[in-house]
Amino acid sequence: MKSLLPFLKPYRKELFIGPLFKWVEAFFELLVPLVVARLIDVGVKNGDASYVWRQGGIMVLLGLVGLCSSLCCQYMASKASQGFGTDLRGAIFRKVMSFSGAELDYFTAPSLVTRLTGDSYQVQQGVAMLIRMAVRAPFLVVGAVVMAMTIDMQLSLVFICVTPVLALIIWFVLFKNVPRYREVNKKLDRVSTITRENLLGARVVRAFSKEEEQERKLEAAAKEHERLSVGIGKLNALLSPLTSAVMNLGIAAIIWFGAGNVDTGSLTQGELIAFVNYMGQILLALIALVNLVLIFIKAAASGRRICEVLDTTPEVDSGRGESAEAADGIPAIEMRGVSMRYGRSGDNALDDISISVPRGETLGVIGGTGSGKSTLAGLIPRMYDVSGGEVLVNGLDVRAWDAEKLRQRIGLVPQSPTILSGTILSNVTLKKPDASEEDIKAAIEISQSADFVYSGENGIMREITAGGRNLSGGQRQRLTIARAIAAKPEILILDDSASALDMRTDKALRRALRERTRGMTVVIISQRVSAVEGADRILVLSGGKCAGYGTHGELMKNCAEYREIVKSQEAGENE
Amino acid sequence: MNNAAGTLKRLLMLVKPQLPKMLLAFLCAAAGVGATLYCPVLAGRAIDAIIAPSQVNYADVKSALLILLPVIAALLVFGVLMSLITNKVCYRVVREMRVSLFAKICGVPIKTIDDIPAGEWMSRMVTDVDNVADGLLQGATQLFSGIVTILMTLVFMLTIDWVIALVVVALTPLSLILAAVIARGSRKMFSKQSLLQGSLGGYAEEMFGAQRVLVSCGAAKMAQDGMDKINGELKTWGFRAQIYASFTNPSTRFVNGLVYAAVAIAGGLSAVSGGMTIGAISCFLSYANQYTKPFNEVTGIMAQLQTAVMSAERIFALMDLQSESPDKALPAQEKGNGEVEFRHVSFRYVPERPMIEDFSLTVRAGMRVAIVGPTGCGKTTLINLLMRFYDVDSGAVLVDGVDIRDMKREELRSRFGMVLQETFLTTGTVAENIAFGRENASMEEIVAAAKAVHADGFIRQMDDGYDTLLLNNGEGLSQGQKQLICIARVMLLQPPMLILDEATSSIDTLTEHRVQRAFEKLMKGRTAFVVAHRLSTIQSSDLILVMRAGKIVESGTHHELLKAGGFYKTLYESQFD
Repeated sequence: MKSLLPFLKPYRKELFIGPLFKWVEAFFELLVPLVVARLIDVGVKNGDASYVWRQGGIMVLLGLVGLCSSLCCQYMASKASQGFGTDLRGAIFRKVMSFSGAELDYFTAPSLVTRLTGDSYQVQQGVAMLIRMAVRAPFLVVGAVVMAMTIDMQLSLVFICVTPVLALIIWFVLFKNVPRYREVNKKLDRVSTITRENLLGARVVRAFSKEEEQERKLEAAAKEHERLSVGIGKLNALLSPLTSAVMNLGIAAIIWFGAGNVDTGSLTQGELIAFVNYMGQILLALIALVNLVLIFIKAAASGRRICEVLDTTPEVDSGRGESAEAADGIPAIEMRGVSMRYGRSGDNALDDISISVPRGETLGVIGGTGSGKSTLAGLIPRMYDVSGGEVLVNGLDVRAWDAEKLRQRIGLVPQSPTILSGTILSNVTLKKPDASEEDIKAAIEISQSADFVYSGENGIMREITAGGRNLSGGQRQRLTIARAIAAKPEILILDDSASALDMRTDKALRRALRERTRGMTVVIISQRVSAVEGADRILVLSGGKCAGYGTHGELMKNCAEYREIVKSQEAGENE
Repeated sequence: MNNAAGTLKRLLMLVKPQLPKMLLAFLCAAAGVGATLYCPVLAGRAIDAIIAPSQVNYADVKSALLILLPVIAALLVFGVLMSLITNKVCYRVVREMRVSLFAKICGVPIKTIDDIPAGEWMSRMVTDVDNVADGLLQGATQLFSGIVTILMTLVFMLTIDWVIALVVVALTPLSLILAAVIARGSRKMFSKQSLLQGSLGGYAEEMFGAQRVLVSCGAAKMAQDGMDKINGELKTWGFRAQIYASFTNPSTRFVNGLVYAAVAIAGGLSAVSGGMTIGAISCFLSYANQYTKPFNEVTGIMAQLQTAVMSAERIFALMDLQSESPDKALPAQEKGNGEVEFRHVSFRYVPERPMIEDFSLTVRAGMRVAIVGPTGCGKTTLINLLMRFYDVDSGAVLVDGVDIRDMKREELRSRFGMVLQETFLTTGTVAENIAFGRENASMEEIVAAAKAVHADGFIRQMDDGYDTLLLNNGEGLSQGQKQLICIARVMLLQPPMLILDEATSSIDTLTEHRVQRAFEKLMKGRTAFVVAHRLSTIQSSDLILVMRAGKIVESGTHHELLKAGGFYKTLYESQFD
């Protein structure tokens, strides 16, 4: 939670003055019963109508002062909490943008969105409430007791007994139920999980004629949710009637004992009424306090989730600011005994990989699912850091490179295409906003996107919806390839990025890459032999290990794994 | 408004079995409110007996307090009872709504599931049902107690002193009007704020989803600029909305204070002239506090009720969707050996776009039919018709000589084993997932099925082997591994006919090669429909249907099609050179 404090710092003034105003309001509120007591004891007892008017006037005045200071406080609270919330959201967003793949995998994007929106809102509300209520409610409780003590020490014993009882009832119900709410939410999650599964898997459920069984499953989950909810409701049902009953008992006690004190002259009738009024105030303040505590509990949980994000140090830093130019004789990409492991446990995703790719050459990487191909691709632009060994680009360790400069020189086309809302143009120029018209046109042609880009009504200015949903899977892939090429990178990495393309387009793409990107070092990662067999060298990955490294011809001769892959893809031809 | 009335009527129907309980809850609420309001009267009566030194009538104090005790007990008992009953009714109705919504999900045609986004169903199921429960059931009792409180307070006040009562009645609307004015003024700011909150969430969702790409493209700065812009705007409007709305409480509190002062003055003056006792003033003062409270609450409840009615309307809209035609009454059909016929079938997903026109095809038992073509050409349509996920517009699909519309859906579907491209795993163990179609399968059978599709190896490597719990559609498994589990599921069933819809497209070729051998084993002697985009796997099919842009453009065996030199040949050659 400490990481949130710096965000409050700019609003120190509001945080101090706001509650002060609130305190003033609460103080005047506490005076009201005393004024009423005077009104009765002096005004009514003496039959002095003008005194009654004067005391009434004082009450209105007290209210007016209270209103003013309260409005001041609300202003402070709004200013501080909105400012705080805005700063916090900006910081979370910035932090997430600095994350490497490891942190993204750990948090997942949807959960980060929730922290940015829902959680930050909760904390913001917490700050507003802190200013508005944190001083007021406890002050009213304590103040009412103190006021009662100044009127009649002996009679205030009733307050000293009743207040803790009220507080105890409230705390008991609250703390008994808070963990149970979590249980109820879990049960509700179960209901939504079953629903979601049945929506996404509707065809399978029906193919297996499982509708009735699924309905039974949901009914059981819904019943369980009902049972727990009713359980919580039972305890909650006690809260309001019980506190109200205790308060009235307190009033009864005050009247009973107060009667004796009035009899002996140590208490006036008006003061007795003031006592009754204070009792009412205590209950109201305690209930406000409960709401406050609930908001704080929520805000604290949200705050912890936000701190988790803010306190995370990205595994990959921004480098040591160096850079290196391509030079003859120095390989564009080199890996020396590279190992990579995700998280602390588990097997190595990559194990002792050594390769060297001279400038302008093409490296093919082939292997089955889970063989570590994508991991290898991510290591070159330093999306992850190696666990062992080193990765060098232009002869310089990627950890020494200025991360931004490094990534500017590498075009990575990931397996699943990511398209942003905007236009085709804004997507193609994402990496290099000032790319020249020729470069853009060339990139679109090389990536085989020309047919759908230029055929459309608005051509390159065509609107793209979020996620590129108005494009087909193959079109999305081609656009991401165009995006990488338009920035004219020194190194182009295609991570299985032609998987949604049909064979003809895939082939045309590879030909265009060969012919029109001379001097570019290319890494092609694929499951298809046809995609990599033309490469200068091929790395065969199997379970993260190097199963073979050489040209197609060499591998056919001395790599059993490669031969098996080739055979599996030729199988159809021979039958 | 008419619509809302209709919705309320339907809701009443839904709650009908619970109506006696609801009435009981209302009675308890009335009794509880009555008791609560009677307390200040009794306290006032006692205070009137405590005037000054040596002017205390202990007997009167005692008798007032002795009545007070049972009244307190009554307010406790009735208050608790009311909450308990409302809770019970409320959650019962919540459960019933969820169960019938879910039954609807299981009962509507697949078309409806395809047409309505899953998120929409989900928010009906979770949020809207909660809204209805909170608003209509909890809200109804609160509204009722609120109104009862107002009325009873009014009656009590009028009986004590009608002049002061009128003062209170005249002044309280002030706080209501004030609250309403503030609410109206802030509505625009709040809608602007929630609009901005929505676009901030949407922006973050897109940018966080694309974070890797943004980082690797060096576009993180650009993303941050976009965020700062929306965030800054949200700050402006959020501040306006908050400050405006936060004036409500202090302002209504001020008005309440005015009422309080007015009662004190009026009561005091009346007492000076001997009209009113001091106990009555005390009683009035506590009423002045209580009288305004339900008014403020009622405004809140009305808003809640509106939300609830809107939620209920949305829920009913889903409930009103047409379910699939009932088929329970259809007679059981004799099991054949797996003959399938498409007879002059025409079908369109949307009326404007023809999909399949006058298509006829006879598939003899044991034949293997492959459907190929580029992505998005409608290969899956035939499968949709065959499984009756969609019904034909004209013509008929016959299985073993019987129109599939004359068959129970369950019976039809049980004749097919189906593996789809998108995998579906339920929350449960690996073993449970494999036995999805046959719950009583023994462990040996499950393992044998897994072995047959080469899934046994990786399953054993998992933390708890076959007992490993799968969550969120198999989180942590690779796409290929998930698919293997789905294939094992069909392997276990050994159905008479098979449908493989791009079943191996997300598996690498080496694994596919192995799975293919398993399929060969499975398909032997069975009628099979195979949709594929890799041509290598379907060349041995008895019949290949080539589809392009929703139409079947060629059909024949592999060799016939190659000889014909059409679209198939182009597709085929582009794959292997």
